Amino acid sequence: MDLKKVDQIIDKYNAEKSSLIGIFQDIQAEWRYLPREAIGRVVERLGIPVTQAYMVATFYKSFSLVPRGEHEIHVCLGTACHLRGGQRLVENFERTLKVKAGETTADMKFTLETVNCLGACALAPLVRVDQKNYGKMSGDKIVKIIKEYRPDGEGKTHGEN
Amino acid sequence: MEKIKTPKELEKLQQVILAEQKPERLKVTVCGGTGCLSNGAEQVVAAFAAEMKKQGLNGTVNLKKTGCHGFCERGPLVTIYPQDIFYQRVSEKDAAEIVAETLSKGKIVERLLYTDPQTKEKISRHDEVPFYKHQVRIALRNNGRIDPTNIQDYIASGGYAALAKALTSMTSEQIIREVEKSGLRGRGGGGFPAGRKWRSCRDAQGDVRYVVCNGDEGDPEAFMDRSIMEGDPHSVIEGMIIGAFAIGSSQGYIYVRNEYPLAVQNLTIALEQAREYGFLGKNIFKSGFDFDVRINRGGGAFVCGESSALMASLEGRAGEPRAKYIHTVERGLWDKPTNLNNVETWANVPVIIARGADWFASLGTAGSKGTKVFSLVGKVKNTGLVEVPMGITLKDIVYKIGGGILKDRDFKAVQTGGPSGGCIPKSLIDMPVDFDELTKAGSMMGSGGMIVMDDTDCMVDVAKYFTKFLEEESCGKCTPCREGVRRMKEVLTDITEGRGTEGSIALLGELSEAIALGSLCALGSTAANPVLSTLRYFRDEYEAHIQEKRCPAGVCKELITYSILEDLCTGCHRCFKECPKEAISGEVKKPHQIDPAKCIKCGICYDVCKFDAVAKK
Repeated sequence: MDLKKVDQIIDKYNAEKSSLIGIFQDIQAEWRYLPREAIGRVVERLGIPVTQAYMVATFYKSFSLVPRGEHEIHVCLGTACHLRGGQRLVENFERTLKVKAGETTADMKFTLETVNCLGACALAPLVRVDQKNYGKMSGDKIVKIIKEYRPDGEGKTHGEN
Repeated sequence: MEKIKTPKELEKLQQVILAEQKPERLKVTVCGGTGCLSNGAEQVVAAFAAEMKKQGLNGTVNLKKTGCHGFCERGPLVTIYPQDIFYQRVSEKDAAEIVAETLSKGKIVERLLYTDPQTKEKISRHDEVPFYKHQVRIALRNNGRIDPTNIQDYIASGGYAALAKALTSMTSEQIIREVEKSGLRGRGGGGFPAGRKWRSCRDAQGDVRYVVCNGDEGDPEAFMDRSIMEGDPHSVIEGMIIGAFAIGSSQGYIYVRNEYPLAVQNLTIALEQAREYGFLGKNIFKSGFDFDVRINRGGGAFVCGESSALMASLEGRAGEPRAKYIHTVERGLWDKPTNLNNVETWANVPVIIARGADWFASLGTAGSKGTKVFSLVGKVKNTGLVEVPMGITLKDIVYKIGGGILKDRDFKAVQTGGPSGGCIPKSLIDMPVDFDELTKAGSMMGSGGMIVMDDTDCMVDVAKYFTKFLEEESCGKCTPCREGVRRMKEVLTDITEGRGTEGSIALLGELSEAIALGSLCALGSTAANPVLSTLRYFRDEYEAHIQEKRCPAGVCKELITYSILEDLCTGCHRCFKECPKEAISGEVKKPHQIDPAKCIKCGICYDVCKFDAVAKK
């Protein structure tokens, strides 16, 4: 991997120990996960223990140690969304994509996640794909949304056993 | 840009900006809050710009994309000043007509007005709409009125005048006394008196002090801090500078939740502008006081809303709370005295300084002064963000502002205080809402989430929802919280799936006590509140699940079956087409049936049926 890019990110924060979370956020944004080599470089440049780096990397939800899908689907499970069927949406996404929440599809297209609130409760239940919000969602719209991002792939639910 | 050094210069600048902006000139504001943006507000702004150009109004009308207007249910929202005309559910197609009729001829476009559901009357003025009429906006004073990316808008509306006043005519002691006298209490959850906190921090031993703004708004359904950071970032920054001056700090931090990229963006712009105008940096208002602010993004951990966890996170570590035998005002960030307040608290400060503590304290109740922003969500007609004086009744919030229950169903409860809060039943609907009353009722103010529930919401499921939330968000440091909350969730899951026993309720009670006693921070010590408050007011629902294996609200999947009501089914065939398991049979135009053996209870038929013919029992 391109460690030069990692160095650029570290330099942006002047290799400050207290900027570990910010550095990880930028690495996560660039590679969609925290590659092992990148973490190694951060440890070396910041002069922090490996354990501290992994403690932070595994403590916060926004970091992943495994590659994430090209598109991230966030099903909102804030209270308002929960009351309007958010959990059922998660189950229907899981069934359609054949992954559990937190997992990535085999073709690396989608990572399915739940999120505690996206602050758009008037649109409940809400699903966000990357930066786009889909408000007043229901189970029957899932296939259509998936097709938007995976036009030729599978995604049919009807008649499936 | 020449830096502003005296109150006079600021006043002059305000006059210059006002002369340029011409308040008498027409102004169109389009809401740029998350809800409206998701409904196409960006396209509405673009359509207005294009139409104004096309119809020759360029340069004579101010067009602004603002922060959240609050009435998310009716978005995208457009307000036209100075007439204060309120248009709702505006689409890009409506721009041409609004420009031609309202902007050019001063005529109102009737079909875009809000209709009062009770009187059926169309309301044209923004402040006459019931949703807004009963509000008092302090923290949200500029939200929806100014362009948050333009410091000149903020200055034009009187921004940074409080800072000028504080730094040039008040001492640290006078400022702290003013905040104490105002009765301002922390808006983030705890409700601790802000002035007293400032005083403790200022008087703590140490040469370096920090001020922190907690923008890690983690309670599900709370989005007021987000709206303020996105819609009026300067109000937060101005509050922080005043606080830092009073406390004697030269470095501030704003810790923003990771899910709020627009808040980070607008705060970053605001900080740059504040530096450019001399409100941040060296020798602010020639007072000899230096101050600057840094933004840190959170990593997506609910517990980081707790002050000591947040400070650990600011230091670049995992956000675990610590025991607070020594308060953070004495030893906080990097072991230095640190004063932390949340976004809404900071946003109140400039108004208190500008208008005086007495004015602020004239609003509210004996123990809770001023206003509070609530996010009114759930089964209520008018979902959105509302700011009301402390002491207003729950009933007024739900019915007068919220417009009542969705589909006119039966009101069951309001959940307040997020995962640490509780459910308030119908019998208490006349209670005044303030810090102390909510605590008395077994809930809490929290950050201001208010979720309205109706007869189709299961209270055991709600308790399970919050307990599951807390199980995931427990940092794991204290065993009673980590293991106890998990165990509590397991018991609740058993109850909702028909495996509850006679001893389940007693076990929940025991666990609640142990968790509260054995946890360091508020996440653990209040974790049992959702369970305790639902048990207190809705014990019969628990008993129905345990003894009769029945979910009265029709929510708990394991205890319900889906069926089609023959007399309501029109045989439209929609559910047949959508069912992923071919569990539905029936011919077009004849009542359909669901085969319970094939049904996986995914609820799609229930979602798609337009005739309410699918029943959950």
